[in-house]
Amino acid sequence: MTNANELTLADARDALRKGDLSATDLTMACLTAMDAGDALGAYVHKTPEMALDQARAADARLKAGGAPDLCGIPLGIKDLFCTKGVPSQAASNILKGFRPEYESTVTTKLFDAGAVMLGKLNMDEFAMGSSNESSCYGPAVNPWRVDDRELSPGGSSGGSASAVAADLCIAATGTDTGGSIRQPAAFCGIVGIKPTYGRVSRWGIIAYASSLDQAGPMTKSVRDAAILLGAMSGHDPKDSTSADLAVPDFEAALTGDIRGKKIGIPREYRLPGLRPEIEALWQKGADMLRDAGAEVVDISLPHAKYALPAYYVIAPAEASSNLARYDGVRYGHRAKLGAGDGITEMYEKTRAEGFGAEVQRRIMIGTYVLSAGFYDAYYNRARKVRALIKRDFEQAFAAGVDAILAPTTPSPAFGLGEMQSANPVEMYLNDVFTVTLNLAGLPGVSVPMGLDREGLPLGLQLIGRPWEEGDLLNHAYVLERAAGFVEKPRKWW
Amino acid sequence: MSIDVETARRVAKLARIQVDESDLPALAGELSNILGFMEQLNEVDVTGVEPMTSVTPMRLKRRADVVTDGNIQELVLKNAPDAREGFFAVPKVVE
Repeated sequence: MTNANELTLADARDALRKGDLSATDLTMACLTAMDAGDALGAYVHKTPEMALDQARAADARLKAGGAPDLCGIPLGIKDLFCTKGVPSQAASNILKGFRPEYESTVTTKLFDAGAVMLGKLNMDEFAMGSSNESSCYGPAVNPWRVDDRELSPGGSSGGSASAVAADLCIAATGTDTGGSIRQPAAFCGIVGIKPTYGRVSRWGIIAYASSLDQAGPMTKSVRDAAILLGAMSGHDPKDSTSADLAVPDFEAALTGDIRGKKIGIPREYRLPGLRPEIEALWQKGADMLRDAGAEVVDISLPHAKYALPAYYVIAPAEASSNLARYDGVRYGHRAKLGAGDGITEMYEKTRAEGFGAEVQRRIMIGTYVLSAGFYDAYYNRARKVRALIKRDFEQAFAAGVDAILAPTTPSPAFGLGEMQSANPVEMYLNDVFTVTLNLAGLPGVSVPMGLDREGLPLGLQLIGRPWEEGDLLNHAYVLERAAGFVEKPRKWW
Repeated sequence: MSIDVETARRVAKLARIQVDESDLPALAGELSNILGFMEQLNEVDVTGVEPMTSVTPMRLKRRADVVTDGNIQELVLKNAPDAREGFFAVPKVVE
């Protein structure tokens, strides 16, 4: 008998339904694993009392019958989600001590469905990063390792990926602005989906780049992702960009039948210097989909190479505006002022002390590209290129492509600290395969495919049509079954 | 576009982030490096392309212009570093 915390969401749901397991016992198992996993740095605020209260309520609801899928399921919640009365810091010192007086729409939906919150999960500060190293709490650690080096779980949802991979929760929430769900999912050998922009409400999620941010599930299987996505999705009057569309039954879409579907392989993603191992994995994934009855075709996304520079104009521009609210007046940190300091000094000192280096860098880049004289040259040009990037995808879909297959990341997980000496642009290259779909608003899922020669997980990414997460997850389900990835990290923590 | 120390100082000021004088050259270098990376965008022919305003074509919803919440002063002020007599308190702004 496996420990209850190692169950998938689907299996835990079924066991709770049948009465083979109580939500309280399942929660206890997760809390024990959480406390034993401190070396992973995944949890940054634990909420055991709240979890047990929620679990007891879930047990009562399960007993009464007709409880939703999420009832009694223990989850980890990324620190970017505002949770009422529980620290919600976006891993930043500038929000030290902030306890929201309200609940994000996503966590409200999850709690209404009976889900249990174990605690808040580590991340890069304000979701800006690809390694979890910009967190004010210190980095989360990847449970996978091949020698005595500690590896990055990826970022920004690194704590979420680490906690799911190490079974410190049943599933977790993440958010994805340029790859922050998919890259850590790939680094840690789990499934992560970024839904279509507008599918999940952003209300109560601390904003980074509002036109790109989207929350999604990080899970142990594709089925789990389908279940959790269904529970997170839906229109919200409090988010004007949330789409007023019915939420389909994503789990029911997992038929495993993709016969006659057309899979696009974007030739622009064959970057010079792409690791042979990643190239081979990509080919293997295409073969698996073909063996399942899909047709694999070459496609062109001519503006793909401009996605990264466009992203690093648009995201910092929006961040510089969103993060203007951290002024030391309404919440969080305020710097100690010297004699004669006025309000400007208060702002400047507060923001210098509260924001970490990468966040400061992005705010300043954003400030620069939006400043008088440069707005057209950088910001408007980037928005035009963004329109072209979206058009590339629309043309591919119009030609009959159902899903696009690509690597998730250019490499497996790297060591913590290894990228510290790299210049910021080198770190940004981690997002090369993932940012394009944030710019186009499209859904994308990372599926764990196997281990590299050293023994680290590698993922492949599938990109779908807007609002077709069900069909996209069905393709992912086919890949998952064909890859048969069942390895777990050896427990060293 | 290379950013000099003077521009870096101005950007930091606009962003309301205090940067020590001794850190400005390094900041200027970092910003220049990132902006250099963005120069690639100049290779793209964007003639006749409208800048994207919304990634999913949708009409913003309308609702009746009525008050839907309020009377939560205490909650609004709860996280303030300095709140007095029902207000946010800040250093003197007007002499």
